[in-house]
Amino acid sequence: MDAIQLVQNEFLTKKEVPAFKAGDTVTVDYKIKEGNKERIQSFKGVVIQRNGVGATETFTIRKMSGNVGVERIIPVHSPFIDGITVNKHGKVRRARIFYLRQLTGKKARIKERRHFEHSK
Amino acid sequence: MSGIIGKKIGMTSIFGVDGKNVACTVILAGPCVVTQVKTIETDGYNAVQLAFDDAKEKNTSNPLKGHFKKANTAPKRKLIEFRDAPSEWKLGDVVTVDYLKDDQWVDVVGESKGKGFQGVVKRHGFSGVGGQTHGQHNRGRAPGSIGSSSFPSKVFKGMRMAGRTGGKRVKAFNMEILKVMPEQNILVIRGSVPGANGSYLIIEK
Repeated sequence: MDAIQLVQNEFLTKKEVPAFKAGDTVTVDYKIKEGNKERIQSFKGVVIQRNGVGATETFTIRKMSGNVGVERIIPVHSPFIDGITVNKHGKVRRARIFYLRQLTGKKARIKERRHFEHSK
Repeated sequence: MSGIIGKKIGMTSIFGVDGKNVACTVILAGPCVVTQVKTIETDGYNAVQLAFDDAKEKNTSNPLKGHFKKANTAPKRKLIEFRDAPSEWKLGDVVTVDYLKDDQWVDVVGESKGKGFQGVVKRHGFSGVGGQTHGQHNRGRAPGSIGSSSFPSKVFKGMRMAGRTGGKRVKAFNMEILKVMPEQNILVIRGSVPGANGSYLIIEK
């Protein structure tokens, strides 16, 4: 296990990632390559889970595009990420809020958590 | 083939040069000790025997202890012979992962994971019957016909059937070395290699 960590640290480019967890609304700016050109596209939605640890950690982010739910799984340390901004901290009771997939409209709202201290 | 001995540590993924997420295998490769140099005059062929991974003295037989003493090294667990090894390797020399370079292509030999007695679908990649209808009842993963009737009145040798699967020596060809980390004796190879974590591998150059 130790050797695997060494390898991960060797390849990881250190980047500041804001603290966020399931229930939070975040905007992810990621780079898209089109031919030679590079442009930035943002994806704003609710984080529904964080998965894995260390260099291979990913998070799933969900948004409603019209009537269709869209989910993206993004590695936290992906070099294609230009930046992550936390828009809102949500008040949820579990680490994986998959129940959100079944909810639509007013039921799919998440209460905002205003006064808090992040453990991270 | 010349090469070194290693131990599979496990797999992870890294972000490559172009930012793509690449699956890779982490291998603890070397340091290996040259324990015997075979020559045409003495043995009838040229080869170099490498030893890897320290073993306990009490678990080593006396004949082997003597063998390791000749190379002036501690007892080792794994001994592998390489033909066509570099002629500058002498008895007692230490071969490290330095021997390999970044962006080189190597073959990796390991013993695949044992799967036990398996049917033809898993063992040989048969596609099975493929449907539940048309009178099918319980033949979904059966091999089907294994030959003709009165001629030839036998089943040909080598017919692919169910049986023990895995646990065999497998060579993965043309694996790309992503990184050599000489201080930690670590080798990072793109993709997967045969065998369970902790099993021995031969990295052939």
